[in-house]
Amino acid sequence: MSDVVVRASQLRRVYGDFVAVDGIDFEIQRGEFFGFLGPNGAGKTTTMRMLYRASSLDGGNLEILGFDASTSANDRQIKAKVGVVPQDDNLDQEMSVFENLDVFARFYGYSRAERAKRVEAMIEFADLQTKRNDLVERLSGGMKRRLMVARGLLGAPELIVLDEPSTGLDPRARQRIWEKLAELRRQKTTVILTTHYMDEAERLCDRIAIMNEGKIVALDTPTKLIADHVPASVVEIRLGYDQDVAVADALIGQAIRSEVLKDRVLLYTDDPAPLVAQAAEIEGALALARRSTLDDVFLKITGHGLGDE
Amino acid sequence: MRLPGDINLEFALAVWWRNVTVYRHTWVKNILPNFFEPLLYLVGMGVGLGYYMSSGIEGDDYLAFIGPGLFASAAMNGAVFETTYNMFVKMYFAKLYDAFLCTPAQIKDIAFGELMWAVTRSLIYGFGFFVVLAALTFAGYPILKSPLAILLIPASALIGMTFGLIGQLFTASIRNIDLYSYFYTLFITPMFLFSGIFFPTNRFPYGDEVAFFTPLYHGVRVCRALASGVWTNDATISTIWMVVVCAVLLAIVPGRMKPRSSR
Repeated sequence: MSDVVVRASQLRRVYGDFVAVDGIDFEIQRGEFFGFLGPNGAGKTTTMRMLYRASSLDGGNLEILGFDASTSANDRQIKAKVGVVPQDDNLDQEMSVFENLDVFARFYGYSRAERAKRVEAMIEFADLQTKRNDLVERLSGGMKRRLMVARGLLGAPELIVLDEPSTGLDPRARQRIWEKLAELRRQKTTVILTTHYMDEAERLCDRIAIMNEGKIVALDTPTKLIADHVPASVVEIRLGYDQDVAVADALIGQAIRSEVLKDRVLLYTDDPAPLVAQAAEIEGALALARRSTLDDVFLKITGHGLGDE
Repeated sequence: MRLPGDINLEFALAVWWRNVTVYRHTWVKNILPNFFEPLLYLVGMGVGLGYYMSSGIEGDDYLAFIGPGLFASAAMNGAVFETTYNMFVKMYFAKLYDAFLCTPAQIKDIAFGELMWAVTRSLIYGFGFFVVLAALTFAGYPILKSPLAILLIPASALIGMTFGLIGQLFTASIRNIDLYSYFYTLFITPMFLFSGIFFPTNRFPYGDEVAFFTPLYHGVRVCRALASGVWTNDATISTIWMVVVCAVLLAIVPGRMKPRSSR
């Protein structure tokens, strides 16, 4: 079998006169941990929905696990091998943890004994042993999300697609989800996910596609994305309330590149020390040096931050 | 196993099992109304109103006249509620179908599983009603006059299938839950009143002819024949009518279903 799990070319999806996905190309290799990064409305969810066959294509070609996915003809075969964790919580609130998994395991052709085994393994994966007979509506947000991931894994998928698995969780619950994802990574499952959280994406993803306004604006390993687009370090000058950005004008000329935002100035440089020293003399402002991140890459490419919409 | 129309029976059964699972949580609470409702109608209409109708209807005691008809409407209600309001809520608000669709299931498997559940609900309602009718018969009100009456149970499944499919056809066509009030006030309620449950359909000019094109009329005719033990040609025609309508709707409805949720 080919090592390419997903092959998309000129993928396009339009809702009315809104172009949600505007002719994107990507290939994902077996065993790869692949992230789509971008602000809300960038086209990430629509791309995911096409991958897990909830959305049809308006143009282009899509091949998933060797099946043509440009039409719905092979959807059953594709969905049998693709695990899905959608963005919205659509767990069955009227059933317990065990019942949710037991019902959904019935779609994967297991014998009764295999099903029981798989369900137990997934309860364990989600760390929900003590909650197995609790109704889903009584679970915390983090537990629900872990159950969603476990449900997506019931069919022992070759590819798992997760749409914003950690959005809306508190930091500790988010951390636990990412630990689960790291477990999948160790098992060499092919994972495709979307996220707003660059630090996590940077740590886990082998490759990242940055999306903006329906297009992939950059695609590479996190390290290369940063190296290719921005200098290694940033000196960030956080201005005091009602302080004019002009106070940093003298420093901007010394940076390789700069971004002037409403409340702060970002100075990109390979040698942060002198800039930090000078910035420290600006009264009322706070200066700090940090490593460049994907956020800086995103800012440079799109002209706005990930959080802005 | 694949049914005609590329419906996967295992997946449909999984959807059916989901409903059984949820019902098992609440059946103790839910089962009692299944007995109260027929009892109230039978006592209120049959015994209460029937008192003033000493001559009965068509040679039958009024209670014995309405009993089988009310049985048919109970079977109808059991199924039609499942494939209208309940189905809409599961699909649109609980986003449950979106979750099923992430598995290898297709919308037609889900629709068929929901239909099987609607039929199951009709059987549960039918069984409850049958127990009440049998109890009244033993108590001296002859409603079930023949052993043939045991076939009322499978009849409730056929009625449930017919109305389950009609409900799904409507659910497949609407985008707003408020539209069900039209379905109920302009379709279900008139049928309940004019299908020969409470008085013969020929009470109004062309009453028979119009009712012939509505499904509850046929359910009532079949149930009345089974309860009385006098199987007529009309009962045969009504059975065939429902079977044909089910066959036609089965070919159309599961494929017409569109997954929709409130995103």
